[in-house]
Amino acid sequence: MHGAHSHNYLNHEKGLWSWLTTLDHKRIGVLYMISVFIFFFIGGVFAMLIRWELFSSGQNIVSPAGYNQLMTFHGAIMVFMVIIPGIPAFLGNFFLPLQIGAKDVAFPRLNLLSWYCLMVGAAIAFMSLFFSGADTGWTFYTPYSIQTDTGTIWLVTGAFVMGFSSILTGLNFVVTTHKLRAPGMTFWKMPLFVWSLYSTAILQILATPVLGITLLLLVAERVLGIGIFDPALGGDPVLFQHFFWFYSHPAVYIMILPAMGIISELITTYSRKTIFGYKAIALSTVGIAAVSFFVWGHHMFVSGQSEIAGIIFSFITMLVGVPTAIKTFNWVATLYGGSVRFDAPLLYALGFIFLFTIGGVTGIILATIATNVHFHDTYFVVAHFHYVMVGGTLMAIMGGVYHWFPKMFGRIVDDGMARITFVLIFVGFNVTFFPQFVLGAMGLPRRYADYPVAYEALNKISSIGSWTIGLGFLLALYVIIHALKRGEKAGDNPWGARTLEWQTSSPPPHENFDKPPVVTAGPYEYR
Amino acid sequence: MFSSTAQAAPRSFMPIQGSTVAGYVDSLYAFLLIASFIACVLVIGGFIYFAIRYRRRSENDKTLYITHNNTLEFAWSFIPFVIFMVAFGWGWWVYDKMRVFPENALEVHVTGYMWAWDFMYKNGKRTTNEFTVPVNTPVKLIMTSRDVIHSFFIPSFRVKQDVVPGRYSALWFEATKTGSFQVFCTEYCGTGHSAMLATVHVVETEEYENWLQVDPYRGLSLLEVGQSVFEGRCLVCHSPGEDRKVGPGLGGLFGKQVLLDDGSTVLGDENYIRESILYPNAKITAGYPSGVMPTFLGQLDETELLGLIEYIKSLE
Ligand code: HEM
Ligand SMILES: [Cu+2]
Repeated sequence: MHGAHSHNYLNHEKGLWSWLTTLDHKRIGVLYMISVFIFFFIGGVFAMLIRWELFSSGQNIVSPAGYNQLMTFHGAIMVFMVIIPGIPAFLGNFFLPLQIGAKDVAFPRLNLLSWYCLMVGAAIAFMSLFFSGADTGWTFYTPYSIQTDTGTIWLVTGAFVMGFSSILTGLNFVVTTHKLRAPGMTFWKMPLFVWSLYSTAILQILATPVLGITLLLLVAERVLGIGIFDPALGGDPVLFQHFFWFYSHPAVYIMILPAMGIISELITTYSRKTIFGYKAIALSTVGIAAVSFFVWGHHMFVSGQSEIAGIIFSFITMLVGVPTAIKTFNWVATLYGGSVRFDAPLLYALGFIFLFTIGGVTGIILATIATNVHFHDTYFVVAHFHYVMVGGTLMAIMGGVYHWFPKMFGRIVDDGMARITFVLIFVGFNVTFFPQFVLGAMGLPRRYADYPVAYEALNKISSIGSWTIGLGFLLALYVIIHALKRGEKAGDNPWGARTLEWQTSSPPPHENFDKPPVVTAGPYEYR
Repeated sequence: MFSSTAQAAPRSFMPIQGSTVAGYVDSLYAFLLIASFIACVLVIGGFIYFAIRYRRRSENDKTLYITHNNTLEFAWSFIPFVIFMVAFGWGWWVYDKMRVFPENALEVHVTGYMWAWDFMYKNGKRTTNEFTVPVNTPVKLIMTSRDVIHSFFIPSFRVKQDVVPGRYSALWFEATKTGSFQVFCTEYCGTGHSAMLATVHVVETEEYENWLQVDPYRGLSLLEVGQSVFEGRCLVCHSPGEDRKVGPGLGGLFGKQVLLDDGSTVLGDENYIRESILYPNAKITAGYPSGVMPTFLGQLDETELLGLIEYIKSLE
């Protein structure tokens, strides 16, 4: 890192304290990066243990109670600490201001506060491990979450605090996008990554408070005995599910929309071609965000909600499929007539399209109400959401990290090694999760600490795949650390991209641009 | 624990079709799979072809400048929309069959609790973790839970419904094949979730009628129920007197202070007896190793538990 001689945000100030009190969005982005990587590592270790336990039928390394803790912490860490902050708070923080030609976000102090919210929330959540742990699953369904061990309260409170991190980031991004765009950058000239962060930010602001209130009610019920969700106290346990999914369905779009934004950037850059259907992609992003508020009931078809409600939710969920399909076709069409270079970021983008398509079509199978009844809460659902969250979001993060690394740290990543990480992760992923669709069709329920022997063969394959993924991510970590230490110096625009962040130096100076950019053309003018 | 009866092994496309709706669900699933496969071939095949066909040959490659194409974009919005609507409508049609309850269905009451299922028939017959129904007859399950939310899932019948405390939910099916089929709990409910299994036995109507009339406990007092359970399941390890077998003798236990292996004592009352049956390792009697006695959690229904307590009370 110290090889960069020029004056830049990394050497602008020195010492740990300068990092912990920084108001620079780039440094805050780096803080998020480090935290998210660490959380991802911990969540990944839990995942490996889960797959080890499930390697064969019968009890192997942990008791059922222990398994349930692993499953809960794996899910909660990956959702609340990795996938949700992963793109907006890390890559978004770093690149949103750069892409719109701003000096920083609108509220730098809130930005730093959001990182502390995540850290404090995470610390509270991990405290749970010292108080009997938590075994509710990341969904905290009542009344189980009211009756089980008290460690649950810590995890719930942690998730509540982390929610503020997300809200503050969202608020910051909405205002930043509206107020701080460089002269000449109209909404229709914004990069698609910015569009996606903007739509996500609206979801974060509108949906996360609902989760906050719900979790607060849960804690109030546990601690004060107020009857809200617990039938023993006169409450309604299914009400919790409505509240929870009213947040958590939009939240799945908080996870995927920014990933889609990254894919648009990668596809255009590495094919040197303007995006096909810019407006369609931008508007479908906003459309998905809007409709996503009205589909929560598709998680509850068999919960006892009325049949009519189920049918309506099935219908609206189908509607979300349309803009999703549009985006996919647009990316494919963008490649047509391009000049495609197979650097690691492009491989990750193509991997995204591959896996996300499978995740999407299985989403439709789940949205079809009669088939949902069979697949709900089986491994089919587990496979579906890993295809979209890992196959989608995580692939995009990996592609984004390799793509923007030269800009963030002024150094080049070893592309050959990066491509090997792609092969390991992509192959390992399919070996791990494809069999889970079949397991689900065969009827195996999710969140099972143990399963009948008839399901063993496919579980073994799945566990073997998980080791391959693990290896891929470890290698990726090595590649990144290696590049930080030994990577060759990067030019300002190594990929020949057209968006604004590539016009400043690598790494960028403290205030991003030496002279404020003026925008005259769209973001993907490859002519 | 899973190797209960002659379970039809689950098959990889879908489990055996054991009910009237199963065929409908499977045809719909087959349609969705084929449509999905075609979509994947188009998208994945498409990008692989374009990426290779238009791979970069030199740094000065000229690329096309195409911003949009209305016809194409309309087509790839409208065609998926139509397919999704077919899936939606077809799904609704099949769902209707699942959720419109036939009138004269045979009703069975189901109670879920951590971590077992109780079944109760109109004539008072009760069973735990297995139940029997006649083939080719509509059966309606009226279900509730005693503690947290559970979910009743019979893969071979393609039906599933959450079982919620404080209210009744229902599902129905008409079995079309005789045999024994797996029931899973599919709403996460804690430590024993994956062991919360049951079996449904589908038999010919006559066999069902006979089975229904056989009630092992009919006309027995609680004490007699307890004695019969004790002799069947406990006697191997516990004597009804005070002598030691694998476990301590239970004679005179009720009302006595029991010395535990950590030096404390506990009163041998109803709660202690119940706990010892359901959670044998919670308290260990001094002089005996822990972890020897299996739990009877989920294996005894409430009547049997009360019977056992009654019987142990009576032992001198
Ligand atoms: C084409 C778009 C999509 C459709 C139609 C769709 C549909 C569905 C449906 C119907 C379910 C409920 C299944 C059930 O529980 O029975 C579901 C579950 C889920 N989906 Fe999607 N989905 C789509 C995209 C996504 C995306 C983009 C994400 C996240 C990045 C996502 C994450 C999830 C998660 C996390 C669950 C399971 C939640 C849980 O029970 O723990 N889905 N999806
Ligand atoms: Cu959803």
